[in-house]
Amino acid sequence: MFDSLQAWLSTFLFDWLAVVITLLIQAVVVILPVMLAVAWLTFAERKVIGYMQLRMGPNRVGPKGWLQPIADALKLMFKEIVRPTESNFYLFVVAPILTIAPAVAAWAVIPFDENGVVVADINAGVLYVLAVTSIIVYGVIISGWASNSKYAFLGAMRASAQKISYEIAMGFALVTVLMVAGSMNLTEIVEGQKGSLLHWYWLPLLPMFAVYFISGLAETNRAPFDVAEGESEIVAGFHVEYSGMAFAVFFLAEYAMMILISFMTAVMFLGGWLSPFEGIPGLEPMFAWVPGFIWLFAKVAVLLFLFLWFRATFPRYRYDQIMRLGWKVLIPVTIVWVFAVGVMEYAQLGLWFD
Amino acid sequence: MNFVIPSFTPAIPEIVLLTLTSLLLVADTMWSKRYEFATYYATQVILVIVGALILTSFTTETVTTFDGSFVRDAFADILKLAIVVISLGLFLFSKEYLLQAKFYRGEYFTLGLFSVLGMFVMVSAHNLITLYLGLEIMSLAIYTMVAMRKDHSAALEAALKYFVLGALATGMLLYGFSMLYGATGQVAFDAMAAVIDAGEVDHVVLSFAVVFIVIGLAFKLGAVPFHMWVPDVYHGAPTAVTLFIGTAPKIAAFAILYRLLAEALPGAVMDWQPLLVILSVLSLLVGALVPIVQNNLKRLLAYSGIGHIGFLMLGLIAANPDGYASAMVYTLIYAFMGLAAFGLITVLARTGHEFDRVDDFKGMNQRNPWLALMMLFVMFSMAGIPPFIGFYAKVVVIEEVVQAGFVWLAVLAVVSAVISAFYYLRVVKVMYFDAPQDTMKVEPVARHLTWAISLVAVALLVFGLFPSWVIDLGYHSLS
Amino acid sequence: MTFLQFIFYLLAAIAVIAGLKMISVKNPVQAALWLVLAFISTAGIWLIAQAEFLGLALILVYVGAVMVLFLFVVMMLDINVAQFKEGFTRYLPLGVLTAAAIFALMYLVLGPQRFGLEQVTPPKSLAEAESNTLALAIPLYTEHVYAFILAAVLLLVGIVAAITLTLRRRPNTEVLYQDIDQQIKTRAEDRFEMVKMPPTVEQPLPEKEKEE
Repeated sequence: MFDSLQAWLSTFLFDWLAVVITLLIQAVVVILPVMLAVAWLTFAERKVIGYMQLRMGPNRVGPKGWLQPIADALKLMFKEIVRPTESNFYLFVVAPILTIAPAVAAWAVIPFDENGVVVADINAGVLYVLAVTSIIVYGVIISGWASNSKYAFLGAMRASAQKISYEIAMGFALVTVLMVAGSMNLTEIVEGQKGSLLHWYWLPLLPMFAVYFISGLAETNRAPFDVAEGESEIVAGFHVEYSGMAFAVFFLAEYAMMILISFMTAVMFLGGWLSPFEGIPGLEPMFAWVPGFIWLFAKVAVLLFLFLWFRATFPRYRYDQIMRLGWKVLIPVTIVWVFAVGVMEYAQLGLWFD
Repeated sequence: MNFVIPSFTPAIPEIVLLTLTSLLLVADTMWSKRYEFATYYATQVILVIVGALILTSFTTETVTTFDGSFVRDAFADILKLAIVVISLGLFLFSKEYLLQAKFYRGEYFTLGLFSVLGMFVMVSAHNLITLYLGLEIMSLAIYTMVAMRKDHSAALEAALKYFVLGALATGMLLYGFSMLYGATGQVAFDAMAAVIDAGEVDHVVLSFAVVFIVIGLAFKLGAVPFHMWVPDVYHGAPTAVTLFIGTAPKIAAFAILYRLLAEALPGAVMDWQPLLVILSVLSLLVGALVPIVQNNLKRLLAYSGIGHIGFLMLGLIAANPDGYASAMVYTLIYAFMGLAAFGLITVLARTGHEFDRVDDFKGMNQRNPWLALMMLFVMFSMAGIPPFIGFYAKVVVIEEVVQAGFVWLAVLAVVSAVISAFYYLRVVKVMYFDAPQDTMKVEPVARHLTWAISLVAVALLVFGLFPSWVIDLGYHSLS
Repeated sequence: MTFLQFIFYLLAAIAVIAGLKMISVKNPVQAALWLVLAFISTAGIWLIAQAEFLGLALILVYVGAVMVLFLFVVMMLDINVAQFKEGFTRYLPLGVLTAAAIFALMYLVLGPQRFGLEQVTPPKSLAEAESNTLALAIPLYTEHVYAFILAAVLLLVGIVAAITLTLRRRPNTEVLYQDIDQQIKTRAEDRFEMVKMPPTVEQPLPEKEKEE
């Protein structure tokens, strides 16, 4: 993105300055919409769950409550940040930053449309996302440890154990996608799904689609895997001692991760920016004018709705059941499927994905 | 990309061993509750199958496969067969001991098989990577076996010492490997030797690498001055595991010593030969003097083992095929004697009584004359008294070292052999001339163990009467 | 100095400082965190050297999994740091002397006159589109497949070893185990039974009592 801008800037600036300015602009262009999306995702969550529970949800601030996120943000900004006694100040402050930074940095490789609408079109995109999001767990552990609080510590233990357990299943699910696509570049993965709705990887890799999304739920500590919060047992988990903006940063990171997981699912399994009407005689030309990113956003919106829907309907898992599901169900399923895909690739049996 | 699928045929024993062990690992979790000893019997069957596979495909040619990372020749085959035979024996002796010591578990046998696999890999290693991996597979399994007796603090301490010093040795070895790769740019042994021969190597870096490699190997073998862990580990580990550590891994360790020094680094002989001379001299001295004051038989045998390592190195110091062959003969015989000595202690142990002090053997002649005679065979053989096989083992290495021109070393070896005869004979004296502390008859738990131990001990005598069987094995495979 | 060189020196400096802090800091948890920082900056250096697969795998495996587990253990152990560091100053001079001697020797052997930039041919730099992952994968699965499988066996032995040493099946009298398969298989019929009972019809009271 913005190659021409960089070229123009470097005509009258130092080269490195041009690079830095372009990088900053790229970052802002991606991060700002994400943060806004996070804000209104919280609003959507309260509304959706409200309607599912036959309530109105927030409806006081602004027309139909649409300004609620701004009110929340203002409130959190002006609250005092309480620092627990005997806590490790430095780590206490670093923890929220360590949570939000990777959740934002991962957006660098997400493609939004064809023709390289992506900040960094790198070869190892999938690996980059996995690696960067795996750092988030440090924010969780450090916040739990630095708070000098039993509840926070227990929450951090639960959350991090859960995150690293499900990361394995998640990684294996992605491995099958890589094997089928033959590339780790996210743009190329989407290109590989061209054809029709049935060529998207959700169908040939159906179990992996489910595994990936379930692991994504667990990775973000969302219901029904939100024992890390566990308000009935450990108050609020690892961020129980945080208030004001520090708490808000954890919140932002959690929702940014939700959106990221939805984007990844859409790109990996649901054809990214490809139109769902591709290859259908009458409908394809009728919808040809719709730009790709609209399709992508629509898919992401559906997936995000699933996140909220699950939260409203499923009861919380017990901790041992979470671990059992991760280690004894999802990981074996993914390993078997990796083998199956490998055999199919070797025998050129790829009947769906040629 | 032109990739030819490698020939799997030379590696069939390893493949079968790995497959069956993995199956056994799964099967053990299912049947261990219903059939108590199924894993043990399966282990022995697997070893027999693997041995039979090696025997039927025995080859005197040198075959390499997997792009030169695996080699199979007569040397490898003979050592692998020896490992299989010794492992059969040590699992046989271990089973009752594990029951007596109350830590019989299926994992002991599966880990044991994995370590046998590691030894096979070491014996057949043909580049630095596989050599290292084989060494680690073997060591990791053995560390665990030492630590398996969790209620025994001495065993845990031994495991920790073994593990920490083993890791240190591995670090040394790996650092040496990386230097070697830096100097030669090769990982495969034959290519490395060719590069060194061609004189394209910076000699300072090469000798730097050789120092680290020899130190790492000396740690693993337990040669002085890198022997600190040996007595503590031999003593602290459960006797069945001491039996394991003291026998088969020595063969594998000799194999990697040979592969590295003689196959990969013949061009650096001027670098490693003096190092081995120092190690050998010190080991001979410690192995001759320190055991005199030991009261625990396992400790005594550990120190005497250090002396045996010193002898083994004599053959390598000669640095010619005959010398390597003599070292190989010595290793095989030493491993076999270790099987007999530690096996005897293992089968006599009962719940709560390890039977590993020298005092326990007082008046053995009155308590069980047959076993006392067997112990006498073992001790005589270890001391190198003719006509037992241990004598010929010492004779061949000393002969080779004399021929290579190290007469003073040979004299030192003979002197140390004479001194060490003292403490071996002390055990014999205690058995035959001291009054027993306890007049109760001692016997192994099961009758078949008496038979087995007698077979091993008598074999020391029989081979001693026909020494050419064993000696030819070494000389034919190497020279 | 180009921009890339600047990044390289920055990351290298961070790695060195983090490494020093890791061994000098008192609190073990903080030491582990410094190690994590050292890993991350090393990964950055690898990225600069066009080894993106290795760099990202380092973060994914070591930072994301290994060090997390390590932190778990360190956090839950109550290590007495003061006791741990006892004798540190006493042995410090000897340690420094040994380290300096070894460093000097290593510098003589491995110094710039043998491994300097002039002595070694520079590695060829890859085109932007060339996949580092593929370049690693092909030799790994062809030339070094034997070593690759052996590494897998080594990990398997590690798993078996860890489980052997830690698994303790306590008797059911001490700990209650859940059999989740059985829990799922439970059906209503197993838990309660519908019993058909005859209704107890109230008998009209006898005449005699009525009178009373």
